[in-house]
Amino acid sequence: MSKTIEELEEIARKCRVEIVKMVHRAQAGHPGGSLSEIDLLAALYATRMRVRPSDPNWSDRDRFILSKGHASPGMYAILAEMGFISHEDLKSYRVLGGVCQGHVDMKWCPGVDFSAGSLGMGLSFGMGCASAARLDKSDRRAFVMIGDGEMQEGSVWEAAMAAAHHELGNLKVILDRNRIQNDDFCEEQMRMFDIPAKWKAFGWNVKEIDGHNMNEIMEGLDFLEAPENSNGPSILIAHTIKGGGISYMENNPSFHGAAPNDEQFHQAMIELGEVEA
Amino acid sequence: MTRMAATRDGYGQALLDLADNEKVVVLEADLGKSTKSLHFRKAHPHRTISCGIGEQNMLLVGAGLAASGYIPFASTFAIFTERAFEQMRNGVARPNLAVHLCGSHGGTHTGTDGSSAQSIEDLAVFRTLPNVVVMHPCDDVSTRALTMQLPQLGKPSYMRTARNKTPVLYDGRENEIKIGKGIVLREGHDVAIISCGVLVSESLKAAEALAEEGINATVVDMHTLKPIDGELIDRLVSQCGALVTAEDHNVIGGLGSAVAEHIVANSFAPLEMVGVPDRFGESGQADEMLEVMGISAPYIAKAAKQAISRK
Ligand SMILES: Cc1ncc(C[n+]2csc(CCOP(=O)(O)OP(=O)(O)O)c2C)c(N)n1
Ligand SMILES: [Mg+2]
Repeated sequence: MSKTIEELEEIARKCRVEIVKMVHRAQAGHPGGSLSEIDLLAALYATRMRVRPSDPNWSDRDRFILSKGHASPGMYAILAEMGFISHEDLKSYRVLGGVCQGHVDMKWCPGVDFSAGSLGMGLSFGMGCASAARLDKSDRRAFVMIGDGEMQEGSVWEAAMAAAHHELGNLKVILDRNRIQNDDFCEEQMRMFDIPAKWKAFGWNVKEIDGHNMNEIMEGLDFLEAPENSNGPSILIAHTIKGGGISYMENNPSFHGAAPNDEQFHQAMIELGEVEA
Repeated sequence: MTRMAATRDGYGQALLDLADNEKVVVLEADLGKSTKSLHFRKAHPHRTISCGIGEQNMLLVGAGLAASGYIPFASTFAIFTERAFEQMRNGVARPNLAVHLCGSHGGTHTGTDGSSAQSIEDLAVFRTLPNVVVMHPCDDVSTRALTMQLPQLGKPSYMRTARNKTPVLYDGRENEIKIGKGIVLREGHDVAIISCGVLVSESLKAAEALAEEGINATVVDMHTLKPIDGELIDRLVSQCGALVTAEDHNVIGGLGSAVAEHIVANSFAPLEMVGVPDRFGESGQADEMLEVMGISAPYIAKAAKQAISRK
């Protein structure tokens, strides 16, 4: 499970390539939030998740819940990289009958632990998984990735309050703080003021990192796993760039849910080092 | 060439048209670009209230506005209106506050977003609420016309619109469109196909195919599911003696159920219901989904023959 920073960066780069290919091929989907989350997913899966790709339903596996289920290309890319699904399967993204449904779906894709797509549901589900682990006296964990726009759903705070009340130290959240939601920047749609203070006030262990810096990501994951933080739920607030890694998508709300055209696709492949300029 | 348009565009246009009424306010839940309320927001930012991604809050903010003399229009995806169902029930419908809720991206026709985004039960659940008028128009012209009538309604409403384009049927015929009145698009005496939303144009296609086989079908656009146009249904029963309903919605609880509820209590005729066969959707193109669900024109034609055989 140990990987060098360079190795992790290369995994994330390959995943970025697949993300852009998926949304370009489908001419639909959500590249922005897939690119912002991908460094975190790469590090989490490649170094922390206790899972068995050849036995995806192993009952004592760690759970990962992509609550922002629209950012599925990122999830599919890392699942392919880990060997849960094949790279050929990635071509089925948004295609009739494909394992890679538009939003992550546990009934369709091996390695997906929750059928998401409706925001504000994953944290409650993760609390259920964490509670089950506790009842089973298992040390497995539930990791949940949520979006910053998603945090506006009231249900997120119902779960946040409940998880802290029940001192679920095996529940670990990563917040993809990319500052953009569907229509616009979060700041325009719904200001969220002091996010770390909110989670602290709800009784959570909180740490902030740069979600594109692999060294910081590894420190952040250490924080989530640290024994001294097992007294209750923990959240890693990862500051990210929506569309991160593709210049014209970066900080651009219009690439929340839009595919690149052929020319933009070509440029992305150049920027990711797949083809020469 | 038939003009193609999405009903959600008719909704967006209507909001702009309604802006002259100072009491009209628009509520959004981070899907204004998709439901098309964004045009109103751009033109009238001070009368647009962003509720963030918080549908439950949005519905009750609407209720408060309605109780204070405003005419709120709230929209999100059809599927996410359902998250605020109980707010709609207890906070809007029960006190009979005229909040107008629009759910876009209804049905499996929504396409590749997959099952989490394809509402197949919205018409059913909102139909169960007393006081709530339920609509599902088939083109942008009728969507606009119906939306324009809502400020006069004086009670809450739910309207489903669709993401993808379908043929426009009513260019220049705005005046024929009235809440609660089904529209006869084609007259025949063998069978009546009653349809709503994206399946209205499929029903017309089915009627054409049936005509080639010598079967003459009436086709009705039943854009208002509640209150259902019972007078028209009674006429269809006596004129055709066999009915088909067609909707991109679970066969349980939608248009088919509304028609069935009417005919069992009034004049009876055999009824075949074409709809999503009580299963969730999946990712696929809009037209592929109609095939997968068995609700496209050929299935409607087949159901028509079945209904006739049961006369
Ligand atoms: C309950 C619900 N309401 C609305 C939507 C539509 N929607 C899909 S993605 C999105 C924006 C999400 O923003 P964020 O959580 O910040 O995700 P990210 O920026 O990581 O893509 C919205 C409003 C949804 N999927 N679920
Ligand atoms: Mg975001």
